[in-house]
Amino acid sequence: MNPPFAILAIVQEGSETAVEIAFEPFLPGLILLFPLLGFLVNGALALVSGKRAADVARAGGEWTLPENDRPSTHILPSLVGPGVLFAAFAIVAANFLRMQGAGFESPVVVTYWSWIVTSTFEAAASLQLDQLSMVMMLVVTGVGFLIHVFSVGYMKDDPSYPRYFAYLNLFVFFMLVLVSGASFPIMFVGWEGVGLCSYLLIGFWFKDRENADAGKKAFIVNRIGDVGFLIAMFLLYNKFHTLDFGPVFASAPDTLIYGGSLVTAVTLFLLLGAVGKSAQIPLYVWLPDAMAGPTPVSALIHAATMVTAGVYMVTRTSVLFALAPVGGLVVAGIGALTALFAATIALAQYDIKKVLAYSTVSQLGYMFLGVGVGAYTAGVFHLMTHAFFKALLFLGSGAVIYSIHHALHHTHKDWDAQDMRNMGGLRKHLPVTCVTMWVATLAIAGIWPFAGFFSKDEIIWYAGAAAEGPHTAWYVLFWAMSLVTAMMTAFYMTRMMIMTFHGENRTGEAERKHLHEPPPTMTVPLIVLAVLSLLGGWINVPEALKQSWIGMFGALPMSEWLHHWLEPVVGMAVEIRADHVGEFAKSAPLGGGEVVWAGLSTLMAIAVVVASVAFVRKWVILPATESAEPAGGVRRLLYRKWCVDELYDRVVVRPIVAGSRFLWKVVDAGIVDGLVNVTGSLSRAFGFVGSMFQTGAVNTYAFILTAGVVLILWAVAL
Amino acid sequence: MQVLLDALGYGDWILHALLWLPLVGLGLVLWGPEERAKGLAFAWSAGVFVLSLGLWWAFEPGVAGFQLASSAPWITGWGVSYALGVDGISLFMVLLTTFTTPLAILGSFSYIRKKERGFYALMLLLETGVLGVFLSLDLFLFYVFFELTLVPMYFIVGVWGGERRIYAAVKFFLYTALGSLLMLVAILYLYFQGRSQLGAGTFAYMDLLQVTLTLKEQIWLFAAFALAFSIKVPLFPVHTWLPDAHVEAPTAGSVVLAAILLKMGTYGFIRFLLPFFPGAVQHETIVMVMMGLGVTGILYAAWVAAVQPDAKKLVAYTSVSHMGFVVIGVFALTVNGLQGGMMVMISHGVSTGALFLLLGMLYERRHTRLIEDFGGLAAVAPWLTTAFVVTALTSIGLPGTSGFVGEFLALLGTFETHPWMAGIASLGVIFAAYYMLPMVQRMFFNGLVRKENRGVPDLSRRELAIMVPLVALMIWIGVQPAPFLRRMEPSIEAVLERVESGRSAQVRLDERNPAPELAAQPAAGL
Repeated sequence: MNPPFAILAIVQEGSETAVEIAFEPFLPGLILLFPLLGFLVNGALALVSGKRAADVARAGGEWTLPENDRPSTHILPSLVGPGVLFAAFAIVAANFLRMQGAGFESPVVVTYWSWIVTSTFEAAASLQLDQLSMVMMLVVTGVGFLIHVFSVGYMKDDPSYPRYFAYLNLFVFFMLVLVSGASFPIMFVGWEGVGLCSYLLIGFWFKDRENADAGKKAFIVNRIGDVGFLIAMFLLYNKFHTLDFGPVFASAPDTLIYGGSLVTAVTLFLLLGAVGKSAQIPLYVWLPDAMAGPTPVSALIHAATMVTAGVYMVTRTSVLFALAPVGGLVVAGIGALTALFAATIALAQYDIKKVLAYSTVSQLGYMFLGVGVGAYTAGVFHLMTHAFFKALLFLGSGAVIYSIHHALHHTHKDWDAQDMRNMGGLRKHLPVTCVTMWVATLAIAGIWPFAGFFSKDEIIWYAGAAAEGPHTAWYVLFWAMSLVTAMMTAFYMTRMMIMTFHGENRTGEAERKHLHEPPPTMTVPLIVLAVLSLLGGWINVPEALKQSWIGMFGALPMSEWLHHWLEPVVGMAVEIRADHVGEFAKSAPLGGGEVVWAGLSTLMAIAVVVASVAFVRKWVILPATESAEPAGGVRRLLYRKWCVDELYDRVVVRPIVAGSRFLWKVVDAGIVDGLVNVTGSLSRAFGFVGSMFQTGAVNTYAFILTAGVVLILWAVAL
Repeated sequence: MQVLLDALGYGDWILHALLWLPLVGLGLVLWGPEERAKGLAFAWSAGVFVLSLGLWWAFEPGVAGFQLASSAPWITGWGVSYALGVDGISLFMVLLTTFTTPLAILGSFSYIRKKERGFYALMLLLETGVLGVFLSLDLFLFYVFFELTLVPMYFIVGVWGGERRIYAAVKFFLYTALGSLLMLVAILYLYFQGRSQLGAGTFAYMDLLQVTLTLKEQIWLFAAFALAFSIKVPLFPVHTWLPDAHVEAPTAGSVVLAAILLKMGTYGFIRFLLPFFPGAVQHETIVMVMMGLGVTGILYAAWVAAVQPDAKKLVAYTSVSHMGFVVIGVFALTVNGLQGGMMVMISHGVSTGALFLLLGMLYERRHTRLIEDFGGLAAVAPWLTTAFVVTALTSIGLPGTSGFVGEFLALLGTFETHPWMAGIASLGVIFAAYYMLPMVQRMFFNGLVRKENRGVPDLSRRELAIMVPLVALMIWIGVQPAPFLRRMEPSIEAVLERVESGRSAQVRLDERNPAPELAAQPAAGL
């Protein structure tokens, strides 16, 4: 299975005369060490500052930050938090540049120490540096850095500021472990680690019960998926006797039967893990609740990085998914269904973060569809562009919430700062936020030449192109669903933008004066992300589109760059698919080539955006306190999110709690312990009866003696 | 380090010193004044711990058999010997004991307010008893120590316990004594079999291993031993003494009970059941029963734990759940399963011990164990909260903590031979979050609603000194378990080899015809 890599090394160089330089990683351990150090420093500061706040709280007061004279525990995190991210990003970038010039056949694995080791199993603490982990690390540290900078402005007045950065740094550490681990167990360390940080950050403001509840829900739902991951590992270990990526993937094509039950089971269990972490049906329910955390957290964890871990996982294990066509089909199906389903809910939400949350679930569905049909590059491509524009949307919503919150705070108005019905007309007050968010909206809506257009279009295209092969009907259906979802996306995003930034302002007369654009620490990251949301798609313009107007007639310098870049990682999977299923079709299910459909999709998106602008602007919107819950069947059902939470509560949560109570009260205390106590009571009763004969009266003893003799004589006589 | 230890002749005296020094301390505590008792007991047990640390270096990692072993006749007429030794299995149990005891004593400083001398003397007696169980290489000696541990624990619960302490203490004593009586019968049976086969009566562990038993005998003896150990573990359904004992016991009692006493059960599985009755432990029905009970315990106890209103009772039930992982790992009869089981034992000792210590600290502050009486403590006691959350996460097996290593290996090893059992047991991972996180939330998060909770102080220096080593150990084992695994591996493999060879011997024995030949040459196999 050497050839694909060997060929690639040359393709990458572009000419056969290129000198192959072996890739030497540059201090890769520091990439992880920096965020970990940040966690330790900020964590120590958090303990110190927490102690001080606790002392005040115990005395009955509430500790507030002094306005001008900030304590050092609240100054240092501003430097350490984003600082370690920048350092990590710099090292990732250095490694990325080194990798550019080098050709290498197999991933570079750097081992630090042996972790879990027995005579039959070994999992070392080792990192894998290859093209895929490099892309992921760039996104995690790059976008992560911007979000850390934004957080400096957003969180600066929070009394628990150092704790916030401690968690955030720890999250980045675990996320880097996840994407760079060289074996399944190490990946699992990151996998559960990011879940932990997500739990801590969702419940960051733990004094409100809803926040703590949301964090707990996220953790438990994620653990359902984690069991899938565990069982997949056990299955793989029984077959390969190792869980290191290298040997497993290298021998998988020869060891596993194509479409066999083992590989299918492995992929389905892995998928269960991915579904939990990436919030897909049926385990998506935790993500909308996760919006209880601070908004930059939503941007980092619940949009740009952690929730894409499932997509990363399927890409990483692409060889297995290629060997299990049913596994791939299920991935694609879940992705398409989730994309559509979540989009319908997003149509009717009023909370700006809820719209974005369901939008994230929906976009993750697209990525699953992409990797499910075997277009791994397309999935990772969308993961990347989505990280740009969705982080931007969340941060933008954070800027909006920040400014509304401050305005409401000034006048002590008890309104919901996240309800879009309380917004409107903000473009005058927050022009930078408005413009940058529009860039992101056009990107997610799939309008040329913004980033989302290229990545989403590629997924839709491949979903259609996969229809030429087995399961045609399913893939045609998925393709149609993804097209419908694209229209819905354009609508709900436009609706959100209009309700937030346009029309008349509904925040209130007195409050309006206090609406301001946030400080540069927050707007600069928005601008950078806006540039990335515009240009990010240009790195991977498909060959077929390059010479058309879509590829600017060949003027773009980097067409199909990501495709070539990732080929060493997913090449084997692509080859397996080609061998068994054949090449992807050259036309969509309804006919027409890539250029035609790309053009059609952007035209449709533009049409929907334009129509929605006109449509939504005509709405009469009242502030939240004056509005009733939407009437009418469908709208109400969508507003209530299809009542899935209520359904789960009735069908899963309550029976488990009732069952637990039954086991405790009836089985454990009643039967099991009851038997123990009965044994005790019986022996006491026996002793009591026996003790009754011990009266001390001679006539009783004489009577018993006589009775005994008579009994024995009677027995003998018989 | 090695040179220094050699110069001191460390290996020659250390096991005896560890075993009897706590008794010397007991004398000093009883002799000394009441107000000095706790300080003396702590200093003494801490000194024992420091001494025991030398074992880490004195122990040769690559060796399977018993090390630092010594044997002297005790009751010559019955063939009873005073034989001690450690191998990779008991080493960690010994260290866990010497590590936990001083912390448990330190955790009692402000909790125990009456009859202090008696309490601390009993704690030291308990230490000797437990160390005797783990160090004995003679079944008679083992049995004496096994029963000896009951006495101090009975009084610790019965005198310094909560409201229903008498009920709990009696239940604890009778339940576990009943189980071990059957074990005594089994030991005697082994002894008499040994006397007829080997020519001389002996209780020595290594000698009795050479006794050949028919499968039927093995199954009966297995049942007797297994009952005694299962009650100690405790395995579902003989677990109900544990929640009562934990709830009523004072903090130190709970800590030692959870961290060490339960391990005597699973230690017994590995030390006695597997090597002595290889035919029985490979008997399909027996394996399925033991594993079935283990898996049932994992899920059942997790569910029951989740709805407990009393925090201590909740943690008590989680012990049953955790020990279930040990049981399935052991009976999977794979290297990974057994090593995983051992790691769960160590990790559970550290994390559950820590949880009971923390709950004790909270009890001292609020005089309640009910979860609903707390709430929002993170705002007033952030350090305590941090310690609790880290410990809770270790308990539910988060990767990077000691809890994960054991659980993962135990499940991995079980999956090798019993995939369905392992698959079902994996669900315990979900339910661990289901019992632990709601408790953490209801005690430490949410609003600081109750007035009484507003004045709760954070960790004192003494409490910090207790928690720091515990938390450090959880993280250290989680990140770097290899030194632990490497030290136990040869001994674990030796046990498995013995189980394997026992099977082939069994086949010969069951074919009936070679039986006399085996009886004539009992030592041929070894």
